[in-house]
Amino acid sequence: MRAIALLATAVVTLSGLWACSEPATEEELVVYTSRNDHLIKPVFDAYTEATGVKIRYITDNAAALTARLLAEGERSPADMLITVDAGNLWNAADKGLLQPVESQVLAANVPAALTDPENRWFGLTVRARTLVYATDRVDPAALSSYEALADPAWKGRLCLRTSKKVYNQSLVATMIQRLGEEKAEEIVRGWVANLATDVFSNDTALMEAIVAGQCDVGIVNTYYFGRMKQDNPQLPLALFWANQDTSGVHVNISGAGVTRHAPQPEKARDLLEWMTQPEAQKLLADRNMEYPVNAAVEPADEVASWGDFKADDLNVSVAGALQVDAVKLMDRAGYR
Amino acid sequence: MQARGALSVSGASVLLLALLVVVPIAVLLAAWQQEQWATWQHLLDTVLWQLVGNTLFLVIGVTIGVLLLGVSLAWCVATQEFPGRQWLQWALLLPMAMPAYVLAFVMVDLLDYAGPIQTFLRQWLPALPGFSARHPLWVVITLSLVLYPYVYMLARLAFEAQGRAVLEQARILGDSATSAFFRVALPMARPGIAAGLALALMETLADFGAVSIFNFDTFTTAIYKSWYGLFNLQAAAQLASLLLLFVVVALWLERRARSRARYSEIGGRQTLRSRPRLAWGVTLFAFSVLFLAFLMPVSRLLYWVIDHGLMQLDARFLNLIWRTFLLGTMAALLVLMLAGWLAWVKRHQSSPAVSAAVRLATLGYALPGSVLAVGIMISFSKVEGWLADLGAGIALVSTLAALLLAYVVRFMAVGFGPVENALQQVRPSLVEAARTLGATSAEVGRRVYVPMMLPGLLTALLLVGIDVMKEMPATLLLRPFGWDTLAVRIYELTAEGEWERAAAPALTLVVLGLVPVIVLTRRRPVRLSRSRPA
Repeated sequence: MRAIALLATAVVTLSGLWACSEPATEEELVVYTSRNDHLIKPVFDAYTEATGVKIRYITDNAAALTARLLAEGERSPADMLITVDAGNLWNAADKGLLQPVESQVLAANVPAALTDPENRWFGLTVRARTLVYATDRVDPAALSSYEALADPAWKGRLCLRTSKKVYNQSLVATMIQRLGEEKAEEIVRGWVANLATDVFSNDTALMEAIVAGQCDVGIVNTYYFGRMKQDNPQLPLALFWANQDTSGVHVNISGAGVTRHAPQPEKARDLLEWMTQPEAQKLLADRNMEYPVNAAVEPADEVASWGDFKADDLNVSVAGALQVDAVKLMDRAGYR
Repeated sequence: MQARGALSVSGASVLLLALLVVVPIAVLLAAWQQEQWATWQHLLDTVLWQLVGNTLFLVIGVTIGVLLLGVSLAWCVATQEFPGRQWLQWALLLPMAMPAYVLAFVMVDLLDYAGPIQTFLRQWLPALPGFSARHPLWVVITLSLVLYPYVYMLARLAFEAQGRAVLEQARILGDSATSAFFRVALPMARPGIAAGLALALMETLADFGAVSIFNFDTFTTAIYKSWYGLFNLQAAAQLASLLLLFVVVALWLERRARSRARYSEIGGRQTLRSRPRLAWGVTLFAFSVLFLAFLMPVSRLLYWVIDHGLMQLDARFLNLIWRTFLLGTMAALLVLMLAGWLAWVKRHQSSPAVSAAVRLATLGYALPGSVLAVGIMISFSKVEGWLADLGAGIALVSTLAALLLAYVVRFMAVGFGPVENALQQVRPSLVEAARTLGATSAEVGRRVYVPMMLPGLLTALLLVGIDVMKEMPATLLLRPFGWDTLAVRIYELTAEGEWERAAAPALTLVVLGLVPVIVLTRRRPVRLSRSRPA
C-alpha cells in the first residue's frame, strides 16, 4: 500500500542521511557560536587557509547553546563557544562550561578589563553603546552622560530600545556597580519618564525615529549607527561619547572561551590566540564595524572617523554578575 | 475485531507518542529542587499580572479576528458566487506561508512614526496626531492576518461538506438566511472551526517572534525573560508548563461544551452557490484581506531584495533552499503517518486512556518553540548518556532523527486535526458496505479510504510542511552540522538587526511555502463529488 511505500522510502532516506552526519574528525574543530554566519564564516575560512584546520560550527542564540553544552556535559563535541555580550560568557563560565586558558599571547593581545578574571573567556571585538542625537535639534554641549538623560529637560525627547535586550541589561548592570542600586533605579525611572514613545525592539528603528523627529536622543550600539550612515551618508545623526568626564563609554564584547570538555583543547587555544592576531582581528571587527580588541590593530576607517573615546574600564564580567539585578531593577522601574 | 494483543500494542504506541511530548517538559521541570522562588517572586511583584492581562487580551482579540476573517471568508467561498472566487478560494490560503514575525516586522516598519504611512500623513495633515505602531491592536491584527487561514481552511471544508440540503430545509421551515446561518450552518461547522481556532490560539500563545517585534509583552515574554535575562531555565520551564495547563483546560472546556451536541452530515455535496447582491463587495473584502496579509508584505520584501540587490543565488543559498524543502517534506510525511496512526487507533479503540494519550500527543504546538526544543535536546542528551554508559556510543543530539522527532512533537496537532477529520468522513457503514460487496482490505483502502481521505491528508501535509519550514528554535538547536535552513538564516540576520538582508531568505521561504499550497489547491477538487459506479 501507498502508506507502506512511503514509510519505507522515509526510513531508507533517514538512515542514509543519518550516516551522513558523521562525528568530527581529528583534523576538525567544533565551534558553537551565536555570531552570524556571514560574520564568522570568513574568519573560519581564513583560519582553515592559514593552518589547514577545518572548523565545523553551529549557530544559535547564546542561551540555547549554553543549555546544549550543559546537557551534553562530557560528551559535548564542542571545542569552543563564541558569543556576544559578556553577560552570556559570564553565564557559561558560571555554569562551569568553560575552562581557563593560560596564554601569553592572549594576555598580551586582550586588555584585562575585557577578559574573564579567571581566564575562562576572552574578548574578541569591542562594541560601544553610547548616545546618538539629531544634529539639527540637539546641541551636543547639552549632552553629557547616560545618567543625565534622566533629567526632566529631556522629557518627551528620549528614545530607548527594550530592556529585554541584553545590551541595555549590561549598561544598567555597570550603572549598578558604579552608582549603587538605588541611584541606578532612580536614573532608569528618569529615563522611563522621559520616553517620547514606546520602547523600540531594535536600535535601527530607534535611530529612524530620531531622524523622523519622534524624539531627539537615544542610546545605541555604534555599529548600527555605522550601518545606517553607510546607507545614507547625509544621515542627520551623530554619535556622542558618553561619560567622558566620569566613567567612560559603556563597552561590551563579543568573545570566546574553550569549553570545559573540549575534545581538542590545545587546538582550540590555537584558534583563540589566532583570533586575537591582526589579520583575524580585522576580519572579526571590520565586517560588523566593531572595534578590534587588540589595541595594536586599527579599526576600520569609517569606525575611526567617529573619533576616539574613553571606555569604561570596569571589567566586563560585571555585566554578567549583575545582569539578574539589572533585569529586576528595570522591571521595577517600569522599563519594558 | 482485532485480537487482544494487537490492541495493547497499538495502545502502547499511542502512549509512546504522548510520552514524547510529556518527557521534554518533565525533564525541564525535574529541577524543582533548585530554588526558583526568587524569580517567581520577582515576576509576581512586577510584571506577571500585566503579562497575563496582555495575553488574555491577545487571545480574545485573535479569537475574534480569526473567527471574523476565517468564518466569513469560508462562508462566502463555500456558498456564494462572486467575481474572482475561483482563484481567491485558494489564494486566501497564501498568508499561511507568511511567517508571523515577517509580517510583524513589515507592519511595524510601515506603521511606525518614521515609516511611510505616518510620514505621508504628517506631510498632508500636519494637525493629525501620530499613533503608535506598537499598540496592542496592531499585534492582534497582525496575528489574525497570518492565523486566519487555519480557521478559513477547516471551516470551508466543513461548510462545503454540509451541502445545500440542510440550509434549504432550514429556509423551508421558516428561517431567514441569517438565522439559517447562525442556527444551522455555523453550529454544524463548529468542530472544524473549533479545530482551526485551537491551532490559531496555540500558535498565538507560543508566539515570541511577532510579539517581541511589537515589544508587546505576553506570558511568553515572562518565559524568555526568566531564561535569557535571569539565567533561569527551570523557572522558564515552570512558566511554560503553566501555559500548557491553561491550554489543556481550555481544550477540555471546549470539548465538554461540544460533547453534548452531535452532528452528522447528510446528503451529497452538490454546492449550488447563490450570487449575493453585493458580489463585488465580497471580492473586495477577500482581496483586502489577501492584500494586507500577503501581497503587501511580499511586495515589501521584494522591494528590499531589489533595493539592496541581495539575492545571491549561489550554491550555499541553493543548499539552504534544498535543506529547508527536504526537512519540510520529510517531517510532514512522518507527522502524517504518525497522525494517521493516532487517528486510526483512536477510532478503533475509544478507551479514556487512549483519548487522553492522543490529546497529550497533540499538545506540543502550544509550547514556546525554544522551551520545547531545549527540553527535547536535554532528553536526547540523557538517553545518549545512558547509552554511552551501556557501552553504545550513539550520537542523538544534532542528528536528523532528533530534529525530525522534535518536529513531530511540535506539529502533531497541526497534522492530527485534518487527518482525524478525514478519517471521520469514512463512516464505518461505508467500509462495511464495501466489505459486504466483497471488497478485500486492500481494495477498501484503495477505493474507499484513500480517495475519501485524500483532501484531509493533503491538507495535513501542507500545514505541517509549511510550519516545519518556518520553524526556528528547534531547527537552530537540533540541526546536524551543515543543515542550515532559510529560517536559520533569517534568524541569524534578524538577530543582528539586519532585517533588509533577511528579506531574501524570507521571501524565498514564502515562495517555497507556496509550492505545497499550489499543489494542494490543484489537487483538491479531484474526484471528491463523483459518485462511484456500483
